[in-house]
Amino acid sequence: MNPIREITKAIRATLVLWLLVAVIYPFAMLAISQAAFSYQANGSPLKNPQGQTIGSALIGQPFTSDRYFNSRPSSTSYSTADPNQDTAGILKTGVSGATNLAPSNPALLDRINGKTDPDPKKAIAGDLPRLQKAGIKPTADLLYTSGSSLDPHITPEAARAQVQRISAARNLPTNRVELLIVQNTDDRFLGIFGEPGINVLKLNLALDNLR
Amino acid sequence: MLAHRTDEEYRIMLQGWLQIGLTLALIVAITPIFGGYIARVYLGQKTLLDRVFQPIERLMFRLSGVKPETQMNGWQYARAILYSNLAMAILLFAILMLQGVLPLNPTGLGAPTWDTALHTTISFITNTNQQHYSGETTLSYFSQILGLGFMFFTSAATGIAVAIAFIRGLTGRPLGNFYVDLTQAITRILLPISIVGTLLLVAAGVPETLSGPIVVPTLEDPNLRQAIALGPVAHFEIIKQLGENGGGFFAINSAHPFENPNGFSNLIQTLAMISIPTSMIYTYGVIANNRKQAWLVFGMVFIIYVGFIIVTAIGEYQGNPLVNSILGSAQPNLEGKEVRFGWAQSALFAVTTTGTMTGAVNSMHDSFMPTGGFVLLSNLFLQIIWGGQGTGTAYLFSYLILAVFVTGLMVGRTPEFLGRKIEKSEVVLTSFLLLLVHPLFVLIPGAIALAFPDQLAGISNPGFHGLAQVMYEYASATANNGSGFEGLADSQPAPTALWWNLSTSLSLLGGRYIPIVALLILADGMSRKQPVPFTTGTLRTDTILFTSVTAGVILIMGALTFFPILALGPIAEGFLLAKGG
Amino acid sequence: MKSTTSQPPQPDDTTRKRRSPKADTSGLYKSAVRDAFVKLDPRVAVGNPVMFLVWVGTIVTLLVTIDPNIFGTVDADPNRQRLLNGLITIILFFTVIFANFAEAVAEGRGKAQADTLRSSRSDTIARKVLPDGSIGQVSSTELRKGDRVKVALGETIPADGEVVAGVASVDESAITGESAPVLKQPGTDIASSVTGGTRVVSDELTIQITADPGQGFIDRMIALVEGAKRSKTPNEIALTVFLAVLTQVFLIVVATLSPLANYVRTPISIAILVALLVALIPTTIGGLLSAIGIAGMNRVSQFNVIATSGRAVEACGDVNTLILDKTGTITLGNRLADEFIPVNGHSVQEVAAVALAGSLFDETPEGKSIVQLAEKLGANLDFVGGGTLDEMRARSEGVDFSARTRMSGTDLPNDIEIRKGAIDAIRGFVRSRGGNIPDEFDAAYERVSRLGGTPLGICQNGDLYGVIYLKDVVKAGLRERFDQLRRMGVRTIMLTGDNRITASVIAQEAGVDDFIAEATPEDKIDVIKREQSEGKLVAMTGDGTNDAPALAQANVGVAMNSGTQAAKEAANMVDLDSDPTKLIDLVAIGKQLLITRGALTTFSIANDIAKYFAIIPTIFAAAGIGALNIMGLKNPQSAILAALIYNALIIPALIPLALNGVKFRPLTADQLLQRNILLYGLGGVIAPFIAIKIIDVLIPI
Repeated sequence: MNPIREITKAIRATLVLWLLVAVIYPFAMLAISQAAFSYQANGSPLKNPQGQTIGSALIGQPFTSDRYFNSRPSSTSYSTADPNQDTAGILKTGVSGATNLAPSNPALLDRINGKTDPDPKKAIAGDLPRLQKAGIKPTADLLYTSGSSLDPHITPEAARAQVQRISAARNLPTNRVELLIVQNTDDRFLGIFGEPGINVLKLNLALDNLR
Repeated sequence: MLAHRTDEEYRIMLQGWLQIGLTLALIVAITPIFGGYIARVYLGQKTLLDRVFQPIERLMFRLSGVKPETQMNGWQYARAILYSNLAMAILLFAILMLQGVLPLNPTGLGAPTWDTALHTTISFITNTNQQHYSGETTLSYFSQILGLGFMFFTSAATGIAVAIAFIRGLTGRPLGNFYVDLTQAITRILLPISIVGTLLLVAAGVPETLSGPIVVPTLEDPNLRQAIALGPVAHFEIIKQLGENGGGFFAINSAHPFENPNGFSNLIQTLAMISIPTSMIYTYGVIANNRKQAWLVFGMVFIIYVGFIIVTAIGEYQGNPLVNSILGSAQPNLEGKEVRFGWAQSALFAVTTTGTMTGAVNSMHDSFMPTGGFVLLSNLFLQIIWGGQGTGTAYLFSYLILAVFVTGLMVGRTPEFLGRKIEKSEVVLTSFLLLLVHPLFVLIPGAIALAFPDQLAGISNPGFHGLAQVMYEYASATANNGSGFEGLADSQPAPTALWWNLSTSLSLLGGRYIPIVALLILADGMSRKQPVPFTTGTLRTDTILFTSVTAGVILIMGALTFFPILALGPIAEGFLLAKGG
Repeated sequence: MKSTTSQPPQPDDTTRKRRSPKADTSGLYKSAVRDAFVKLDPRVAVGNPVMFLVWVGTIVTLLVTIDPNIFGTVDADPNRQRLLNGLITIILFFTVIFANFAEAVAEGRGKAQADTLRSSRSDTIARKVLPDGSIGQVSSTELRKGDRVKVALGETIPADGEVVAGVASVDESAITGESAPVLKQPGTDIASSVTGGTRVVSDELTIQITADPGQGFIDRMIALVEGAKRSKTPNEIALTVFLAVLTQVFLIVVATLSPLANYVRTPISIAILVALLVALIPTTIGGLLSAIGIAGMNRVSQFNVIATSGRAVEACGDVNTLILDKTGTITLGNRLADEFIPVNGHSVQEVAAVALAGSLFDETPEGKSIVQLAEKLGANLDFVGGGTLDEMRARSEGVDFSARTRMSGTDLPNDIEIRKGAIDAIRGFVRSRGGNIPDEFDAAYERVSRLGGTPLGICQNGDLYGVIYLKDVVKAGLRERFDQLRRMGVRTIMLTGDNRITASVIAQEAGVDDFIAEATPEDKIDVIKREQSEGKLVAMTGDGTNDAPALAQANVGVAMNSGTQAAKEAANMVDLDSDPTKLIDLVAIGKQLLITRGALTTFSIANDIAKYFAIIPTIFAAAGIGALNIMGLKNPQSAILAALIYNALIIPALIPLALNGVKFRPLTADQLLQRNILLYGLGGVIAPFIAIKIIDVLIPI
């Protein structure tokens, strides 16, 4: 076979396959998904009682105050930014990312323990001092950053460790808070696959909705 | 180091092992069914989907000028792969470079730099999907759907075609026609499963939309805004896994809650990425009419795979001793891990994704304990703990050929495999393919990068781990895996990005096309050999004994080449951690 | 053959000739040492990529011994560096020398044999028949194909040739080691071919020369055993390539190790890198590979078989099918009387007595065996007057066998004619003397035929006495050997000119897998082609000119030295003892060669694990991986030297194994693999751990 014919065949096959798998397949899937699973297909939006979208049921948000269940530390602060100071353009596209710190990396311990430095820019607050200040017994998930930096969950232990503080701050009976935790727990698939997690955004939204 | 564990902790640990065990059981159960189906497709036997897809295939062949009955020899097959992949690469590169003027670009992204576009093109055409960019901030929906999504199918199907041609050659059949094998891999295997998978993933919560990111005020601080990236993720996600591609729609891949929202989606993704390479071994068994050998080879890989999972999972479960001492108890290492996956599903996914050369991650490999790092690197070095789409199976059987050559003489006959003599050309091809490609494209560029750590490497973690990071990057590229120990400054606009983009591009190409051509020439040569009849004097390759010998050859050859890296990387890091940093 | 050399069991050792032409091995080791140094010549050394690299490494370490800072400044104390580098240099140098020595010893053995052969070839003065018919004296080196020479008693035959006139005895002991002279005469295919260098011990021959000087059989043999024309076999080439790839892999590994080590701040010196490289590359098999191949050919020639190429020896191991002639290979060649079957109301005793009388003058082995059997049965000659056999001979007259009459016998006094011979001939004889043929006679000879025997009728005048059952005797122990062959996956096919019935009985008795009855020489080639078309490798023996095409077609063709020149040229092996049963041994030798090669390859590669564990943890102890030093070696210097010393010493330690071959047992492939992988694979993993630890304890560093 001569090379020109071989190359022509390669180009024609490329275009035919492109049509099938890069045009027909994705747009058919888009149409079906939008029709059949409109909620999920559009990012499982979470709305407050006023009907405003305040986030996604699948994406976490930063919570560090006493009034809310604190979420896990995040290397991107859950893809958030002050709209007035968004020089990095985070709000334009949304981001995700991880620290990629090795277990042996001293920066990991610095981030957890905090580090004082004469230069305030180099000083690190540290997650451990923050949790200790808030009176939360540290658990692994609250010290380690998540993979996506958008982890919507904390572990049941981490949630339990915050019950006292929340009920005090919100003046709620602890069993009320505990009930909300149970209601906002995403369990394992079939009770087997994955780990149970408490959806922090949903839980905190539910707390707010109690008012 | 290990604090006393409570009953509750034991329960959690057992729960972790249970989900790993059940996933493994599902993998074993799927293998003969799916493997048998693939064999039926490629033996031209009747299958359920004939009625739907035969007319479509016929139309596609007519449109592309392919005569399905034409047989190709090894070089023709290889040339067809090279030409078609080149055509696809040009198409993708053009799409990326023209991104700024193309539609479906809600965030108004411009074209990436030329080197990022080049690296991305090569990375996706080679089924590697090493990403030196962040999906949400670099690529438009057009580039993802019509560019990368295209490669997901074709690069995976190319791998399947190579495996099928290789199996045909080994068993003395003509190699077949690349375009037919490529098309059928898509129409009969990848596409039908992707359609079903898309719907399952959407139902699980994976978005599938063309609308751009939504920006919302956060609940805690209404002045703070959260940008939630969206996109046509679901249809992309399933073929990303099924085709062992691994290139995430979002920067953080399957750890992103929109790519992999829960235990259900994670199970689908795990099964999707491993089912073709496991089944392909069984497909060999059917085509070679030696299911016993298929199960033995499957068993050999399975045992190593399970061993690797156990080592990794224990490391992650026990956690980082330095942090445990802060916590006051032994807790799993959750750095770079999602709560919904925990240590068990993260370890399982990591071992599977590096073993199968998928490269998708649901947790950050860079933050794994040294035991995990050791396993993940070993997976990339060995390349056969299931291995790449199609190519992994071909590598496995090449290892059998190499084992026959090294040890087969000891039965007093010149070596033969499946009744065909292993002679000089087979040895040149297999030993080059299995032993030399990796050192050439991993060790040499890795050593250069490490020789100039400041100018070239841009390593985020110091010391032993930094060494592992660099080697991981090249091993991942050469093995066409695509996952990373990340943390390297390999994305534009970092000053070291150009080096990483270009040097890994070389590794990607070398690790993909040299082996593919070698495999096809090897298979072609084997298919032309006069078969030697089987006697009691012939070395049986379908015995536990020989399979164990092969495992020994694989581990020794792998260990010999990469022992120094493992010793100076994860092993040294492990000792460092053990003595307290 | 040395006692350390293992050979397959030889059930009939007594019948096997195993004399080699005497080789002088006295100076063997001395000259091997000299050759080991000669082979350091880079032009020679480059032929073995693995050892060449060690040689280059030696020079590099020598340079850093002279000046440790030659490739960049080294921190450590230069004198201490020098000592270590110097020791490494010495060990590496000896590694190369040992490998060269192994090859030289193997070659030396062949050379010694060649020298013996060569001494028989020294120039002689030949008496050439000139065109005008006169005789001219010329040097044997001036003889060309087609020339005719006369060779008389006491003279050496100047070159290979065919006897065209004369009958003479020739002493061929120079090449065969067989002292009994062989009768040579023209026109008999086998007996007419003579070999240069052999000596006429009676009468005179006229010989037509068939080989130009330097092209004769002995010349070819010399070239072969010397290894001058030895080319690598396909498997050796493949293995060399594999070892070269492994070497390249380790070259890359070691070359890239330096930046890695620097990055984690544990720099290592050039000499240590070279040491690590040499320890890792497969020097053991690299150093012994060619010795194994040469030794394999030597083993064949010790068996008094000359192989024309190493490829042929290798092919022996791969043989799937042996094609064996019945006569001379499977059976002793002579049929022996086994039973007398009486007819016509005679008793066995009577038949025995008549047979005895009828064989008085029969000097053939068959005839003698009839006499033996008859005497065993107590037969005597009383019925014709008694007396000893000699007395009776004096009174009677023998009737020789002829192709026309197809019977022989004795004419006794009183017109008693005793005849024995082919059934039809006897039948005719009896009828001609007025006798009748009872049905039981047919039954008797058919039974003999069915049993695979040859029936002879025996009669006295018109009185038919019975049938003598001549039995083909299968060589002792063959059945067991065929069983062994079958276990090794080798099928045996027997070829015979006998009819199907006879052939099948012998085939069953000998235990061959298949047989071809009523075979013509042309059938041989058909069988070979048929087997080859199924992908099988075929071995056969032959001696006649009409065997030549089949010998050429077979993958292993063994010509008998007693055979014709054509047969010897077509074959790829020549058996100097002309013992066709040796084919079976050749299979074992071929397998042994391959197993030895595989075993040492496996051993060599398996060794690397221990060497890694010796060197890497100690030289990188600063990186905190000292815990991997599971052997507890003293320090990096000692660890490196211990690994290198082991690496060097293992070569001479394995020379005997390489030269004599590993112990071969006729087992199935699975059993062999299991046995050898444990011995050489697992052994190769474990042995160096022990040895390196011991050396580490012993050396005072």
